[in-house]
Amino acid sequence: MTDSEHLQVFFRERRDDLVRFAILQLRDPSQAEDAVQETLIAAMQAIEQFQGRSSLKTWVFSILKRKIIDTMRARRRELAVSNMSSTGDDEREFDDLFNRRGFWATEHKPHRWTEPEDSLEQQQFWRIFELCLDHLPARTAQVFSMRELLGLDTDEICKELEITSSNCWVILHRARMGLRLCLEKQWFTQ
Amino acid sequence: MMNCKQATQLMSQEMDRELSWHERLALKLHVLMCDGCANFRNQMAFLRRACQMRSNDER
Repeated sequence: MTDSEHLQVFFRERRDDLVRFAILQLRDPSQAEDAVQETLIAAMQAIEQFQGRSSLKTWVFSILKRKIIDTMRARRRELAVSNMSSTGDDEREFDDLFNRRGFWATEHKPHRWTEPEDSLEQQQFWRIFELCLDHLPARTAQVFSMRELLGLDTDEICKELEITSSNCWVILHRARMGLRLCLEKQWFTQ
Repeated sequence: MMNCKQATQLMSQEMDRELSWHERLALKLHVLMCDGCANFRNQMAFLRRACQMRSNDER
């Protein structure tokens, strides 16, 4: 098969995975579909440059990640009035995990997760992981995705979203607190 | 002494920026004495690893 045929097979077989990955970050199925569509077009056009240096999957995902960032950018321009630093659902604090002096409340003190590496091999774990990501407030999830799934550094995120570094760190901290708590409740207590 | 709430903030921030010498020392001392925070720190590293796998579609 030629590279171009491989690409078509890949898209037929893995389209759902690509769309799911995009939905996770864009939270909008139709924008996610568009991003995947544009990824296919871009991949078809650039297939000559692919040359098998990385796996086809890695290459396609790297294009998709760029398309997701582009979509986020375009969306930010459209929603000029939306203000990333405004408060709302994202303001959920995790104060009840700590006592008045700021130390872990006994019942919330993190305990050791058993065999976390084994979880990474289990499909059920990944279902819960995505569920937990989905439960983060939208704006928190977006910043977290940009940082951890798209691999941008905080400077890039700040520039992209026009927020301050400290605001960005606060949002990332909330995301990690939320995700940790969700995984602990939904997965690591069993 | 640094409390757990402050320690969790620094343990998140160390994933995103270089901590100052002073912050690193204070955090190190805290984690030595607090197994809850020691577990939390391992869990932060685990979250990053899971995200990287998710992002590279290795799962």
